[in-house]
Amino acid sequence: MSGDHHPELSFWRKYIFSIDHKVIGVQYAVTALVFLMVGFSLIMIMRYQMAYPGQSIPVLGNLLGSDESAYIAADGSMLPEGYNAFGAMHGTIMIFLGVVPLAVGGFGNYVMPLQIGAPDMSFPRLNMASYWVFFVGGVIMLASFFVTGGSANSGWTSYPPLSDIANEGGHYFWNGQTMWLLGMVFLITSSLLGSINFIVTIIHLRAPGLTFFRLPFFVWAQFITAFLLLLAFPPLEAAGVLQLMDRLFDTSFFMPSGLIVGGQILDQYSGGGNPLLWQHLFWFLAHPEVYVLILPAMGIVGDVIANNIRKPLWGYNTLVYSSIFLGFMSFVVWAHHMFITGMGTTLSAFFAATTMIISVPSVIILTCFLISLWGGAIRYTVPMLFALSFLPMFAIGGLTGLPLGLPASDIFLHDTYYVIGHFHYVVAPGTVMALFAGIYYWFPKVTGRSMSKTLGLLHFWPSFICMNAVFMPMFFVGLAGVSRRLWSQEEYELGALTMGWVRMSSWGAWGLGVAQIPFIINFFISIRGKKVDQNPWQATTLEWAAPSPPPHGNFEVTPVVHRGPYEYSVPGHKNDFSPQHISEA
Amino acid sequence: MAESAAEVQKHIRTYLVVFVALGGLTALTVAVSFIHFGTAGNIAVALIIASVKASLVAAVFMHLISEKQFIYGVLSLSAFFFLLLMFVPVLVHDDSTRTKWHPPAPIVETHTVDHVS
Amino acid sequence: MSAEVLPYTVKPHPVSGLYSGKMGIWLFLASEVMLFGALFSTYIFLRVGDPAWPSHEETHLSIPIGTINTLILITSSITMVMAWASCKMNNIAKAKMWLTVTAGLALAFLVLKFSLEYYPKIQHGNVPSKSTFYAIYFTMTGLHALHIIGGVAVIAYFIGPGAKLWKTDPEYYTNRIECTGLYWHFVDLVWIFLFPVFYLL
Repeated sequence: MSGDHHPELSFWRKYIFSIDHKVIGVQYAVTALVFLMVGFSLIMIMRYQMAYPGQSIPVLGNLLGSDESAYIAADGSMLPEGYNAFGAMHGTIMIFLGVVPLAVGGFGNYVMPLQIGAPDMSFPRLNMASYWVFFVGGVIMLASFFVTGGSANSGWTSYPPLSDIANEGGHYFWNGQTMWLLGMVFLITSSLLGSINFIVTIIHLRAPGLTFFRLPFFVWAQFITAFLLLLAFPPLEAAGVLQLMDRLFDTSFFMPSGLIVGGQILDQYSGGGNPLLWQHLFWFLAHPEVYVLILPAMGIVGDVIANNIRKPLWGYNTLVYSSIFLGFMSFVVWAHHMFITGMGTTLSAFFAATTMIISVPSVIILTCFLISLWGGAIRYTVPMLFALSFLPMFAIGGLTGLPLGLPASDIFLHDTYYVIGHFHYVVAPGTVMALFAGIYYWFPKVTGRSMSKTLGLLHFWPSFICMNAVFMPMFFVGLAGVSRRLWSQEEYELGALTMGWVRMSSWGAWGLGVAQIPFIINFFISIRGKKVDQNPWQATTLEWAAPSPPPHGNFEVTPVVHRGPYEYSVPGHKNDFSPQHISEA
Repeated sequence: MAESAAEVQKHIRTYLVVFVALGGLTALTVAVSFIHFGTAGNIAVALIIASVKASLVAAVFMHLISEKQFIYGVLSLSAFFFLLLMFVPVLVHDDSTRTKWHPPAPIVETHTVDHVS
Repeated sequence: MSAEVLPYTVKPHPVSGLYSGKMGIWLFLASEVMLFGALFSTYIFLRVGDPAWPSHEETHLSIPIGTINTLILITSSITMVMAWASCKMNNIAKAKMWLTVTAGLALAFLVLKFSLEYYPKIQHGNVPSKSTFYAIYFTMTGLHALHIIGGVAVIAYFIGPGAKLWKTDPEYYTNRIECTGLYWHFVDLVWIFLFPVFYLL
């Protein structure tokens, strides 16, 4: 793979079925960005129904609405079924097809091997397989929009027994919910292949001298994330198989005895199962999944902050140990999503306690970042602005989670808009802002050109304001007690009272959509933008020791590492940054 | 494991001994299942024998006995989470016993009839 | 080509003591433990919650066939390890012979499973939808059978086109056989638990 003695690869082998981690990383990132746009478009349509229930959606309503459509009626207004379908698919697409592939598949694949000084991932072909399995899963998910009866509509959590009997009107196999499960099996398999590759690569392919405690924080974050993916996803795969059995062969894993739907006893099922089993298996995955979303984001923020404050991250070891503890604890908190299922008080107390414990490492990580800023000569570059915005946003997201982790307050807040506000603050303004930071930060490495700062600022400030305009009102709506699953909350007295806040959220969401236009323009024009040298940010980590864009095989000479990852402004050194691979100061 | 051919030759004898042991244990577990120790007793005996067999396979056939520490780290992590998963039935059971809900009569009937044929 | 450039593809890493492939397969097995763990957990849950759980007279599972299949899988495990040992002793012809025996035993397992167990059960209407017992029985043994089919495919590959690697890099080929073996023993190991759980208890 050293490039010089290999014949030129054909177009297909070079760009489509490539085994180069950089090409795969870009494939992942671009696919994920497209999916993020799809998922975001779904919610922008839904938000019209939320703000103006029953009214015809401007432009799109007439375009998409028809008598046959499962989503939008002929008069252009949103159908309740369509609302449910879009809601379920918004969550699924954003998490499993958008954020995770971008954070782990995209950044992880592209940046991690460069940061450890490796020529490629340990299993290049497995890496390619992982992308293509992901791609097939994504296609299945998208295709499910076009089958009879529409896509999955039982929420992104697919709770049975609703999901067991959902989309019954469609084809026996090619119906929304079954395709959702099939798609999930593909996505899980993809993550599994990816995570094995990540762990082996990080352990085996580190450059000489790069000890574990010299790894950039981003690599640590990816390492822990890979373990979460490896061990948390299989139980969901098992649960997915069980639900597929329920749907295809009428088994009763999640079907209780004597279930009556629409006045009819469902007698094709033997009964004897329990819907809570799904919830346990689902959340056994889905809570670690939250940290799969947040850890890579923290990794990006750590790297970007260290680079832009021109001094070492405060408490590197503390950050690492906290992240490891965070990863471990994330496996023992899952039932805090289930306080109102009738769980016993002893168990509720146990999971409330573990939830409070897991907030400690999160706060430590955040505090380390915050203290790092103190006394730094901060460069307000575009990636830095995004990384800085991550800190308060993630703090809001994290702190609003505490009342949800305590059974007493959770009983009131459960399934209200408060929950939506909480986890979106973690994932949308939190993780997504950090991912944007990563895009702006590493774009020069990937293309050899820098992104426009003006357009970057035009992207950042409106996004930052709109993000808060979307999600902050949700806390108020939720505290007022409005359920998160209403097609038309105006019909209820309680819901009608908070319509103002709901409209604000909607306008915020559309504003956020508009705010992405500078980014899209910036992204495309910068591909042919101003050329920069291989280390435009004057960073210390190894990815900047490779040419931009790095050739096949990455490094001309395998780098040897002499120091820790963030040695900025070391007294006595001639520059304010001391790259890891350069021995003399 | 960079072993010489002679060492491998020696291992083969061990493999054969383990093979015989596994066969014997299979016969034992079938035989013992016909003796009644009570439900809990039978489950315990069967699982103990299965665990012994599994350990033999893992230790000898999968060479776990001669591997370095890393694998033990990964396996103990996955063993811990495996045990956590075994905790799930307890949780669900706790849930369902708290709500004393009884299914309607006709369903209970079909449910028991199920297993007779 | 990756063997030349990527380190530790063939030789073990000094710290972990493993070559990359072996570490990869062990990590994969760790995730498989979680997959089957979730299913065993489901089994326990269904059984504990069901007062009408069938006793092993009522399940119509044949202990003789189960025992024979257990012995077949155990035998295939030892033939698999013999294939690896033959590679180590530089005897590719013998290794291929042992691999063929392993694949043959696996197919025998599948034939017995499908013709004498699944087929008559479905004939008698003991289908997965009949009760939670049959549901979990078919799911778990079915998933296990899928693992066997996957294993047979891999073994067949290493008897056929995959064996070319032996000529260029015998050590690499031996490692691959070892990894295949690790997977195969794990499949055997799962059956060692499935057998008493479904047939004897």
